[in-house]
Amino acid sequence: MSYLYWKLMDTLFASLRIALRALLINKMRSSLTMLGIIIGVAAVITMIAVGTGAKTRIAEQIASMGSNILIVVSGSSTGGGLRLGAGTAPTLSFDDAKAIKTEIPSVKHTAPTVSGVAQVVFGNQNWSTVVYGTTPELLEIRGWSFASGYSFTQQDVDGTNKVCILGKTVVENLFGGIDAVGQIVRIKHVPFTVVGVLAPKGQSTWGHDQDDTIFVPLTTAQKRLFGMRFPRMVRVITIQATETELMKDAEEKITDLLRQRHRIPPGQENDFSIRNLTEIVSKEEESARVMSLLLGTIASISLIVGGIGIMNIMLVSVTERTREIGIRIAVGAKSRDILLQFLIESLVLSLVGGIMGIGVGIAGTLILSNFTEWPVLFSVEAILLAFLFAGSIGVFFGFYPARKASLLNPIEALRYE
Amino acid sequence: MDSLIQVMELVKVYHLGEVEVRALRGVSVSIDRGEFVAIMGASGSGKSTFMNILGFLDQPTSGRYLLEGRGGENLSRDELAEIRNQKIGFVFQGFNLLARTSALENIELPLIYSKTPTLRRKELTRKALSSVGLEGRGHHHTGQLSGGEQQRVAIARALVNQPSILLADEPTGNLDSKTSDEIMGIFQHLNRQMGITIIMITHEHDIASFAKRKILFKDGMVASDS
Repeated sequence: MSYLYWKLMDTLFASLRIALRALLINKMRSSLTMLGIIIGVAAVITMIAVGTGAKTRIAEQIASMGSNILIVVSGSSTGGGLRLGAGTAPTLSFDDAKAIKTEIPSVKHTAPTVSGVAQVVFGNQNWSTVVYGTTPELLEIRGWSFASGYSFTQQDVDGTNKVCILGKTVVENLFGGIDAVGQIVRIKHVPFTVVGVLAPKGQSTWGHDQDDTIFVPLTTAQKRLFGMRFPRMVRVITIQATETELMKDAEEKITDLLRQRHRIPPGQENDFSIRNLTEIVSKEEESARVMSLLLGTIASISLIVGGIGIMNIMLVSVTERTREIGIRIAVGAKSRDILLQFLIESLVLSLVGGIMGIGVGIAGTLILSNFTEWPVLFSVEAILLAFLFAGSIGVFFGFYPARKASLLNPIEALRYE
Repeated sequence: MDSLIQVMELVKVYHLGEVEVRALRGVSVSIDRGEFVAIMGASGSGKSTFMNILGFLDQPTSGRYLLEGRGGENLSRDELAEIRNQKIGFVFQGFNLLARTSALENIELPLIYSKTPTLRRKELTRKALSSVGLEGRGHHHTGQLSGGEQQRVAIARALVNQPSILLADEPTGNLDSKTSDEIMGIFQHLNRQMGITIIMITHEHDIASFAKRKILFKDGMVASDS
């Protein structure tokens, strides 16, 4: 058995030596053959990096928005939810929010919210942004943390205190470099004391700047900023479920509870609608994943085209070297010697081309990301995979020409012009 | 029997499409070790076909060919390649060297296929190079060698594995008369001083006269043998 192993090793080394020599003799042809693989591998590397970058960026954005979130919106789903005209009364109350939290075990936090656009002024700087009037629980639900200061409390809500929390974008535009905590800003001409500044979050998956925001207590917002036309009523309650698996359960129980509290008879539709943020967001993730897969597939096709290129050029090479093959067979080359020689030639071409393609791919991706601001992420597995893929392409597409060469008739081959 | 080569009633028939070509019609010859034989005949007389069979490049349709008492009838393609590697040295009219390859690399080719270990391979190659008078020219590429030098390299390659017979097909066909004489001188040296059996195809009588025996082929059969 060991004898056979050494014979195989001998054959492999002999063929490797011959193959390398043959490739070096015709550097021009070798380079052109590799071109297809280089381009194919570079394309694979680039596409995967772009796809992975996009996926990861989306995952980060999703994580930054908070998890297991349901949003209950006033108005039936056919009515258009938040975009209802100002004349329609909101149907959700502060007490609805309380009841949902206390009576449904799969609900962890609830936060009734009102919101509106407002001008905020500090010194001679002003900035227009969306102001949210809510409870401290909203900050919990959305996973906000603080860069400085702290959140307002339930007492601030109960006491209708004029305190506020600013997002990083607002702070940058109003304060420049000064610490905002402790300062007084005017929101709609009403003075508010800044108690906290939020740590930055970046963009949401919808491209909205999450740091361009201000939070004030719910009661203060109603009383001082947006008017008391519908006291103790809100259009939105943001809810966080205890676990992802219980979100459906929470959704059902919330629906039942609200229908009961709002005394909606059976058969009549809800006067609210519930949105599952996690579902919406996982759909986004899914489409990013599909996109990434698609890009990878397209790139793989280009690599296969590179392989077809190798096959064609190897076929031409075999034809051109017919005489040489005849000489080799005449002086004693067996079929497998010739087969191995040409297989190794195309394997070396595809592996060297693979390495160069990886280099070109990485360089190209970095240049691309520099010009387009697209996120890119390199993974060692992807690069290794592309390398192995290139090798397999070389062996697979090199096999047919190698086999043709190994079966040549030496007498005819030696006569070939 | 003691003869190196025994050929009995050798017949070779080709099929070119629908046409049947009877290249050899029953050739019987025996050749002893140390002979220097010239094979002559018009084109189409079967001499090339005969050489191909002697060199185990082709198989007869019927009849027997024995080299050192052993025949090649039931051997596979690869087994025939092995016999060629060990027992046969070829010299061609067009030299048939590998292009853009050095003389030494050309000469060692049969040793690579016989999986000879590196040190021994280098040693045998160098010896073969000197035996044709080309020491010092080993690293020159085929493009840098004259016709005569290329043929010498081809002869060295043919001899490097110490074969039983040297088969030469019009070895001086591409050479001028002075170089032809040099090459024939080498052949004679190899034959007389080193006892190498040489079988050579030629159509030129003055080249044939370097050999000791002339076999004339005509229409696929031996017409004369002297």
